[in-house]
Amino acid sequence: MLFAEGSPAEGLRADGITVAYDRRRVLDGTSLTVRPGIVTGLAGPSGCGKSTLARVLAMLLRPAAGRLTVDGTEVRRWRHRADLRTRVALIFQQPRLAVDPRFTLLDVIVEPLLAAGRPAADAIAHGERLADEMSLTADLLTRRRHEVSDGQLQRACVARALALRPRYVICDEMTTMLDASTQAHLVARLESYRQETGAGVLAVTHDTDLLARWCEAGAVHHLPAPDGTSLVR
Amino acid sequence: MTQTFDSGTRPGGPGRSGRSGGLFRRDSAFRRAPGRRRGSPRLAVGTLIVLGLAVLVVPVVARLDQQLVDLGAASLPPRPAHPFGTDEMGRDVLLRAVYGLRVSLLVGLVAALVSVTIGTLVGLVSGALGGIADRFIMRVVDGVNSIPHLLLGIFIVAMIKPSVGAVIVSVALTHWTTTARIIRSEVLALRSRPFIDAAISGGSSRLRIVRRHFLPHLAPHVALAAVLMMPHAIWHETALSFLGLGLPPHLASLGNMINDGARSLLAGNWWASIFPGLFILLPTLAISALTQYWRDRTSPRWRSELQL
Repeated sequence: MLFAEGSPAEGLRADGITVAYDRRRVLDGTSLTVRPGIVTGLAGPSGCGKSTLARVLAMLLRPAAGRLTVDGTEVRRWRHRADLRTRVALIFQQPRLAVDPRFTLLDVIVEPLLAAGRPAADAIAHGERLADEMSLTADLLTRRRHEVSDGQLQRACVARALALRPRYVICDEMTTMLDASTQAHLVARLESYRQETGAGVLAVTHDTDLLARWCEAGAVHHLPAPDGTSLVR
Repeated sequence: MTQTFDSGTRPGGPGRSGRSGGLFRRDSAFRRAPGRRRGSPRLAVGTLIVLGLAVLVVPVVARLDQQLVDLGAASLPPRPAHPFGTDEMGRDVLLRAVYGLRVSLLVGLVAALVSVTIGTLVGLVSGALGGIADRFIMRVVDGVNSIPHLLLGIFIVAMIKPSVGAVIVSVALTHWTTTARIIRSEVLALRSRPFIDAAISGGSSRLRIVRRHFLPHLAPHVALAAVLMMPHAIWHETALSFLGLGLPPHLASLGNMINDGARSLLAGNWWASIFPGLFILLPTLAISALTQYWRDRTSPRWRSELQL
């Protein structure tokens, strides 16, 4: 029984994942492991299925074939019904789309805590602490998504992603739309989170400089271009 | 002075500033951003308050004898004693219109609320569940839709004793399908937006997503559906009354009054049908102006674009 639960050392593991959008196959038997405590990289040209794989790893998209295990437990139910989904946090490429336009930044950060059943006062105090760690000032927290910059919004999204202390954080082109200093700030925050908690990080990006600086040398996966044109490129 | 200030701070100013000189200078203060209706809902709120007070206070102050007939005072045009004139039975149009408004608003409001509630629930369940459940529910909606709703309404009301309640049930049960369709398509569009994925990833349950994301986004649509349903419900009450299936003919309802008034319209008695008609128009317009204002307030994307 103890073994069936699996050990954390196994990481977040995707095996032979294939995803089909209607008739089109996006990933073809892709395998990838995100190990706790280290930064894994995922690179590839646009359209190769990086974001699709990120969504599968976050249990938001049921693959047509293949299996996903979280710390040794196989994922059999997806989206709302995936019990382990809060163990994997996903940070989206476009913070503007990933935030409900009606929510203030504080609502955004606090929502996962409330969804987890934390009492409101407790959740708000915790949310303010998380915001402070992302250097979001109190006056920003009352604003909505159209009243802040992309960088400020993405910082709120990172705070939201870390609110439930996930074991794995998937950054799907997290910094692509942002300037260099914001990028450095977000990466630094994730680095400190990783060192503090031993969480595994998956950096999904086509920015090879970022991968070179952030990931361990041997831990970068390259996805082939769609239709097998990667050899040509 | 005013002109430079205007064109400097408001987008689209230079093109229009020529008009805002002289007599019409104050026009600039009322100029509205494109796509926006009224800046303030004061007029609409005022209308509703006046009508609301009339409906609540008048029946306390002046009782209406529904059966009273005074042929000596028949078809009098508007005058101080009868501001809205009298109908061909010699009944005061103003007093009957206020009583009629009471009945019609009640029928309209309750029927609209019930039908929109049914429609919202059906649309929400259909859109949120998706798959086979969605297809099954939408085929049921198609089935209800395929029967002419006035006919279905008559069928329903004929099975119950003619009364306000029967009209409400009949209108509510035949009008929820449009709302269900609108809400379903909105939910389908919402479902695929990344912030819903973010909420799921953050551990929100289906119910929580409905409560925190779907319902607040749908609220303006639901409100709009309810508002648009109100006059429709009132018209159905009229139609059913006309066919002798709705409210008993002696009861003062706006529908009955317009039908009565229409007969004497050719004799030149315009007041007997115009005033009850205005009593349908005014609250309807006021409520829809309020909905527009509410939408401006609660649709942040619009607001941000307009305030730039």
